Amino acid sequence: MHELGVVFHVIKIVEEVAAENQLTEVESVTLELGEVSGVIESYLQNCWKWAVRKRSEILKDASLKIEMIPAVTYCEDCRKIYGTMEHGKICPHCGSDNTYLQRGNEFQIKEISAC
Amino acid sequence: MKEFKVIEVKRSILEDNDADAEKLRQELKEEGTFLLNLMSSPGAGKTTMLKRTISMLADEMKIGVMEADIDSDVDAQAITEAGARSIQLHTGGMCHLDASMTRQGLLEFGAGDFDLVVLENVGNLVCPAEFDTGACRNVMILSVPEGDDKPLKYPLMFSVCDLVLINKIDVLPYFDFDMDKCRQYIYRRNPKAKIIPISAKDGEGFMEWTQWLREEVAAWTNS
Ligand SMILES: Nc1nc2c(ncn2[C@@H]2O[C@H](COP(=O)(O)OP(=O)(O)O)[C@@H](O)[C@H]2O)c(=O)[nH]1
Ligand SMILES: [Mg+2]
Ligand SMILES: [Zn+2]
Repeated sequence: MHELGVVFHVIKIVEEVAAENQLTEVESVTLELGEVSGVIESYLQNCWKWAVRKRSEILKDASLKIEMIPAVTYCEDCRKIYGTMEHGKICPHCGSDNTYLQRGNEFQIKEISAC
Repeated sequence: MKEFKVIEVKRSILEDNDADAEKLRQELKEEGTFLLNLMSSPGAGKTTMLKRTISMLADEMKIGVMEADIDSDVDAQAITEAGARSIQLHTGGMCHLDASMTRQGLLEFGAGDFDLVVLENVGNLVCPAEFDTGACRNVMILSVPEGDDKPLKYPLMFSVCDLVLINKIDVLPYFDFDMDKCRQYIYRRNPKAKIIPISAKDGEGFMEWTQWLREEVAAWTNS
């Protein structure tokens, strides 16, 4: 379960941020995840609910918000972009596989709401 | 009424693990222990490969194996018979190991006694690639029956590896596996990767592989 590992790391970082800013209660945590980051949102939510209650005093009632970032691939040969989820590695414009992921594997904590 | 305010964080979820992994590498350097992170799909041949490797190198260096893959009980016994000490790591159902779990395992194992510790990571090609374990080098095994297009399907795994062992080359005649294509796919993901075709079953390629390992261990522990 990849998601559980992710959740533990999120908790650790948010606790650091909370300590730095003298916060005692976190209401919500917002993540930015790329479509191809490989994390499944429903699993992540389940792991989150379990882990915050178990592991963290300041986060125990915090909700998790997820902003999915669409995956976009760039083709080096025809210099166009296309949706990675629909077309994968092969460019739908010219058929080349000389392509790379431009965005969509983001994996970060965007912000928290806390007091 | 509580007044919640929004605080921008903008930090990578894996940044604490990356920092921890870097620290672990420093500790290993000071102790003079080389940690190898070995990854593959289940059944690609990690345990079989390790058994042969241990029997070739056991006279030259002290080797330990940390087992995190399933079937660990059987695997641990096989490793002991080959002449190395082994320990089973508890992954708590997790699909990968991170740096803090690895450090915990090394501590229990008494890793300072070894020249080479091999971490047999959990058998999958997705999650272990995301989490830096703190190992000095990453090696993955791709076996012939899995197909030559694996590097296209699991790009991250191939981009984090220093060395790719292509195992089970004894069965090449029975599979539609194009070695040149596979090399190209790997180099596209990772131009610096070293590639060695091997057969853990009959020992082909093991001179080159053990030589690579010997040199890496020597460079790490002597400098
Ligand atoms: N033909 C062939 N079979 C192999 C080779 N290496 C491993 N195997 C077989 O593949 C299966 C899985 O090997 P194992 O080492 O347990 O894989 P692990 O799950 O990665 O540790 C076993 O039945 C091995 O005997 C090889 O080089 N050639
Ligand atoms: Mg095994
Ligand atoms: Zn194109």
